[in-house]
Amino acid sequence: MTVQLKTAQNPRGPRPRRILNPTRLMIYGVLIVAALYYIMPLWVMVMTSLKGMPEIRLGNIFSPPMEVTFEAWGKAWNTACTGLQCEGLKVGFWNSVQITVPSVVISIIIASVSGYALSFWKFKGSETYFTILIFGSFIPYQVMLFPLVMICRELGIYGTLSAVILVHTIFGMPILTLLFRNYFASLPEELFKAARVDGAGFWGIFFKVLVPMSTPIFVVAVILQVTGIWNDFLFGVVFAGTKNWPMTVQLNNIVNATQGVKEYNLNMAATILTGLVPLTIYFISGKLFVRGIAAGAVKG
Amino acid sequence: MAQVQLKNVVKKYGAVGVVHAINLDIAEGEFVVLVGPSGCGKSTTLRMVAGLEDISGGEVIIGDRVVNDLPPRERNLAMVFQNYALYPHMTVRENLGFSLKIAKRPQAEIDRAVDEAAGILSLTPLLDRKPGALSGGQRQRVAMGRAIVRHPDVFLFDEPLSNLDAKLRTQMRVEIKKLHQRVGSTVIYVTHDQIEAMTLADRIVIMRDGHIVQVGTPLEVFENPVNTFVATFIGSPPMNLLEGVIRAGQVVLADGTAIPQPPGLNVAEGRKVQLGIRADNIMPEGHALPPTAHMAFVEMPVILTEPLGTETLLYATLSGTEMQAKMLNPRPVSAGERMRFGIALDKCHLFDAETGNSLRG
Repeated sequence: MTVQLKTAQNPRGPRPRRILNPTRLMIYGVLIVAALYYIMPLWVMVMTSLKGMPEIRLGNIFSPPMEVTFEAWGKAWNTACTGLQCEGLKVGFWNSVQITVPSVVISIIIASVSGYALSFWKFKGSETYFTILIFGSFIPYQVMLFPLVMICRELGIYGTLSAVILVHTIFGMPILTLLFRNYFASLPEELFKAARVDGAGFWGIFFKVLVPMSTPIFVVAVILQVTGIWNDFLFGVVFAGTKNWPMTVQLNNIVNATQGVKEYNLNMAATILTGLVPLTIYFISGKLFVRGIAAGAVKG
Repeated sequence: MAQVQLKNVVKKYGAVGVVHAINLDIAEGEFVVLVGPSGCGKSTTLRMVAGLEDISGGEVIIGDRVVNDLPPRERNLAMVFQNYALYPHMTVRENLGFSLKIAKRPQAEIDRAVDEAAGILSLTPLLDRKPGALSGGQRQRVAMGRAIVRHPDVFLFDEPLSNLDAKLRTQMRVEIKKLHQRVGSTVIYVTHDQIEAMTLADRIVIMRDGHIVQVGTPLEVFENPVNTFVATFIGSPPMNLLEGVIRAGQVVLADGTAIPQPPGLNVAEGRKVQLGIRADNIMPEGHALPPTAHMAFVEMPVILTEPLGTETLLYATLSGTEMQAKMLNPRPVSAGERMRFGIALDKCHLFDAETGNSLRG
C-alpha cells in the first residue's frame, strides 16, 4: 500500500529536458566572465606563492609554477620579518585569535540581549535609545578614534588586548543590535506572551524560548563579527600595542617593507594565510548566513 | 479555582481610551464569554486579566488578591492563544511541561502532570513530536494541554478556534466544554463568534467600543436584548428591524402597513420605534405557524430563497426593508412570489428609534 502511495505522489512522465536556449546562454556567459574576473587575482596569488623567486622574475604571472615549492608559505608563517622581529605571521595569527574570540563573544552576548529587550520589553524611551544606537553606526570611525584613545588611556588599558577588544565590542553594537532586534521582532509575539503566562521571566524567556529558535541569526552575527574583526587594521594598529598587533598589521609590515628585495611569493603566501580564516568561516556557513539575513529582513 | 472581579477597569493608550471603566463579577467555576465585534476591547480586557497589558485604572481581583501589579506568572492563570503559540523547538511533551519546569517542580511530578493532560486530550501518541508535525486541531489541543497541566485558578482563551476550519471548530467547541465540565476552573473566553459564545457560555458579556452592553445567560441575551446592537449581534440570522411610528396602539411602517404592538407593551402615541422580529418568528402561512393568539399577518414579495434542508430562509421586502423569514417544512418558492406571513407578536421586540434601547421593562 505504501508503494502505491509513493507512485501516486511522484510526478509522472519523462523528466523535462533542460534546453540551452539563448537566454540561458547569455546568463551563463555573463556569470562565467564575472567569475573569471574575480578568480584571476586569486589565481595569480596562489601561483606566485608556489613559485621560487627566479621563476617569478621571468614575469609570466599567469603561468603555473614549473617547480612547485611551499618554501614561501613556511617562511611567511615562521620566519618572515615584521619590523624588527623575524618570527613570521604566526605571532600575529595568535594575537588575532586573542582579539577576535572575546570581541565576537562579548559583542554578540550584549547585542542579543539588548535586541531582545528592545523588541519585547519596550521601556519608556526605548525607541529613542534605539535611534541613537543606529545613528551611531553612521558616524565614521575615524572621528571617534582620538576620543577613544583618550578614554582607553584614562582607563589604563591603552596598548593592551583589552583596549582593542573593548573598541571592537562597542563598534559592533549598532549593527548587531539592529540585526537581533529585527529577528526577534519577526517572531510571533504570542510566543513571548505564552512564555510569560507560563511563568518564565526575562532570562527564562530569552534562554529557554528565544535563543534555541534563533540559530540562524547567531550564525549571521558570528560571521559578520569574525570577518569584520579579523580583517580590521585600524583599531588593531592604534589600540593593541606593538606586542599585540593582529595578523593584518603584521601582514602590512611584511608586504610594505621598503628594505631588501620584494619577495612576491612570500607576500602572496602571507596575504592568503591572513585571509584564510574569514574565507573558511564564510564557506562553511554561507548558506546559514543568507537564510539568517533573509529571516531578519522580513520585518523591520 | 477562583473568582475574578473587574472593578472600573480602564485601559488607555496615551489619551485614547480602549476600555472604559468596566465592571464584571465572575463566579468561581463559571464559564464567561466576552463577545463583540473587532476593536470592542474584549481581547484587551483579557490581556489585562492575564497581566500582559498594564491596567490604566481600576482593579482586577483574582481570588481575594488585587493583581494589578503582579506579573502574569504570579497570577496562577493559563492562557490559550489564537495562533496556539507553541514553542516550535520543543516536543509536545516539553511544551506541556514547560511551565512546571520553569516553576522548578520535580521531574516525576512534571511527568505525571504531562501524562495526565495528554490522556485527557488524547495527545499521548503525539508526545514526542514537534509542533511543526501536528495538524491545526492537534496544535490547538496541545495549547489547551499546556494550560491544564498547571491546574490554574483561571483559564483564559483568546479566540482559540478562529484559525480552525468550520468542522474542526465545532468539534473543539465540544472539547472545550467537556474540559470545563471536567476541570471545573473559572474560564474567561474571548471570541467574536456569537455562536461560540451562545454554545459555550454560562454567561455572555457583550461588549462594544470598550463598554459592556449586556451581561446575561445565553437565553437571556437572546430573548431580552437590551438594545438593537445586542439584538442584531446575537442570533443567526440577525434580527429584522422595521422602522415605524406608534399610531393607535399599532406600529405603522413607512409604507402604511400597520402591525399591532407586541403584547405587554404600551408605547406612547407618536413615538418613533424599531420593531424587532427574529426570522424564527415570522413565517409564511401554512408552514407550522406557532399556536399563539398574538398573530399578525403581512404580505411580502419573496426576492431570494436559501434552502437549508429542514428549513428555507426567505428574503422578502416589507416597507422597503429587507426581511429574513424561516419557512419550516419547505416547499419550492420562486423569486417574486407574494406570500402571506404570520408574525408571532409575543416574541417581538420594540426599540427606541433614536437610542436603539429596548422599550421592554
